[in-house]
Amino acid sequence: MEAHADTTTNAGQLIAAGGRRRWGDRIFSNVSVAAALAILALLAGVAAFLLIQAAPAVTAASSELPGGKSLIDYIAPLAFGTVLAATIAVVLAVPLAVAVALFISHIAPRRLLLPLGYMVDLLAAIPSIVYGLWGIFVLGPAAVGPMEWLEQKLGFLPFFEGPASVTGRTMLVAGLVLTVMILPIVSAVAREVFSQAPRKLQEGALALGATRWEMIRMTVLPFGKSSIISGAMLGLGRALGETMAVTIILSVSGIVTFNLISQANPSTIAANIALDFPESTGLAINTLIASGLVLFAITLVTNLIARAIISRQNIQ
Amino acid sequence: MNATTLDTGVLPGWSTYAAAGGSALLAAIALLAAGSFSVALLLVFTVLIAALATYAWSRRVEGPRRAKDRLVTLVIVSAFGLALIPLLSLVFEVAKRGIPGLSLEFLTEDARGQIGGGGAAHALVGTLVITGVAALISIPVGLMAAIYLTEYGGNGRLRRALTFFVDVMTGIPSIVAGLFAYALFALIFGPGIRLGVMGSIALSVLMIPIVIRTSEEVLKIVPNHLREASYALGTPKWRTITKVVLPTAFAGLVTGMMIAIARIIGETAPLLVTTGVVDSINSNPFSGRMQNLAVYAYSEYRTPGVFKQASYDRAWAAALTLIVIVMVLNLVARLIYRRYRTEIR
Repeated sequence: MEAHADTTTNAGQLIAAGGRRRWGDRIFSNVSVAAALAILALLAGVAAFLLIQAAPAVTAASSELPGGKSLIDYIAPLAFGTVLAATIAVVLAVPLAVAVALFISHIAPRRLLLPLGYMVDLLAAIPSIVYGLWGIFVLGPAAVGPMEWLEQKLGFLPFFEGPASVTGRTMLVAGLVLTVMILPIVSAVAREVFSQAPRKLQEGALALGATRWEMIRMTVLPFGKSSIISGAMLGLGRALGETMAVTIILSVSGIVTFNLISQANPSTIAANIALDFPESTGLAINTLIASGLVLFAITLVTNLIARAIISRQNIQ
Repeated sequence: MNATTLDTGVLPGWSTYAAAGGSALLAAIALLAAGSFSVALLLVFTVLIAALATYAWSRRVEGPRRAKDRLVTLVIVSAFGLALIPLLSLVFEVAKRGIPGLSLEFLTEDARGQIGGGGAAHALVGTLVITGVAALISIPVGLMAAIYLTEYGGNGRLRRALTFFVDVMTGIPSIVAGLFAYALFALIFGPGIRLGVMGSIALSVLMIPIVIRTSEEVLKIVPNHLREASYALGTPKWRTITKVVLPTAFAGLVTGMMIAIARIIGETAPLLVTTGVVDSINSNPFSGRMQNLAVYAYSEYRTPGVFKQASYDRAWAAALTLIVIVMVLNLVARLIYRRYRTEIR
């Protein structure tokens, strides 16, 4: 190695320039490039195979599709249910997640940080089937009373029109379970940024006599605003695609309604696939795959917006 | 009163406990008087009364700004407590309802020919095989891609494309990953196909981005001077990576892999559409249907046998087994990280 004194140059390039690039190096770098390309190919494959399998449902006459409806009429109520359930989850989860993140980053005693971090990780790792069982056997029955109360007191709102379900298999309960499921993701993003808020500003605010809340409101929250939004979008993406909890909890009737506490609910795309796929054949399968493609598109757009917000903030 | 002057009072240290205890007592009396006592209502009213009392008391003694600070702190702490309730309830209920169904029979026997009985050994075997194959696919590919990103990529087009599409992949809904695996195999083997390996492929789509993300994070924090020292000794780049970079990052990498496995081992939806449901042990991922714990729990709930409660017990037992596996994986990952992590100075 004649140029070893120059530490700023990439060593790999040096060896190549010397014409003595070893076979081991060549194999290793080619394998790593191949892995990178394989992943791009895999993703292209996901899109391509789904498109191929969805195509027959797009071109078929609507009388041949399940329910004898056109593809759009078939998917639209499902898409509505998907967005409704995910919206409930995000609306409830975001304020709670911001509070949890603030608690962990600015209020909790130092020695609690590790166990708290472990607990949030665990919450994120609990399988969705377990959330589903918990939702139908524990939360659902527990929610019957409060839902009746909502119907009596707030029945004038379209959301709580009722009649309240007696089994707890409602959109509201599904939304609550999704809330619990996305809480760790949203709060992890928020916590990350809250703990990076500039120390100097925080200490300056406190030194000027601000209370802890005034300090948080004036330095931490403005700093973390866009990350709260992007965390919410990531949570939305997760809630849109979540399958099992919704499949188990909702009692489905395929209608379009904003009524959150009744027995008759719209289904979601993912839950509909999980319910119908195992027993479907032929064109019904293609239809389900087409609906899966729509779900993919919706989550893709949501995630891209979230990433765009994050990367714009990183540049600033 | 002007709160910024120094002559304002301060609430005594015991005020928090006094407010909490007093409001709990008050709420209990009020609820008992109204005849609708429940733990949930007691908590709600305690927090409400405590919030009002603290605010009023602090505002009188310390001024409006500190009162607001105390109020917000109380709100944040109770929101955190609220967020903990589902976690505690979930762990408690799964343990309570899962233990009755858990037995040696549950872990060692399959359900072939058993009417309303049998175990979940076939599901346990299936879970291990499907997840194992998925890990065998995802870990090498993901690790090599992460090495590409940190060591070879520079700032080229492929690197930027890969970073972007890994982000896209992280967002793929799990059921769509299952549909992909089905679409792929249906095209090759004809419709209606169900194989263990299809499930592994679906899980790989979900696992690869997690492996890449975590490995990339860990490789990035290996300090550059270690690499430069190695190059200065004339070591080729690939030897530097295998002998310096990877060993330094070893503990972090293993931890990342285990957390990635813990994330996918409980997946249900993608396996529901790819591996099918079956009653007997099948350890060959390339032939026939394969059961797994998550789908087992779902189908025991969805289509309970003659003895409904026994089926539900088995569903909860399977859920408990899954949670235990996930917890153990997470704990071991943390222990490995603490025990073997390289101190970088």
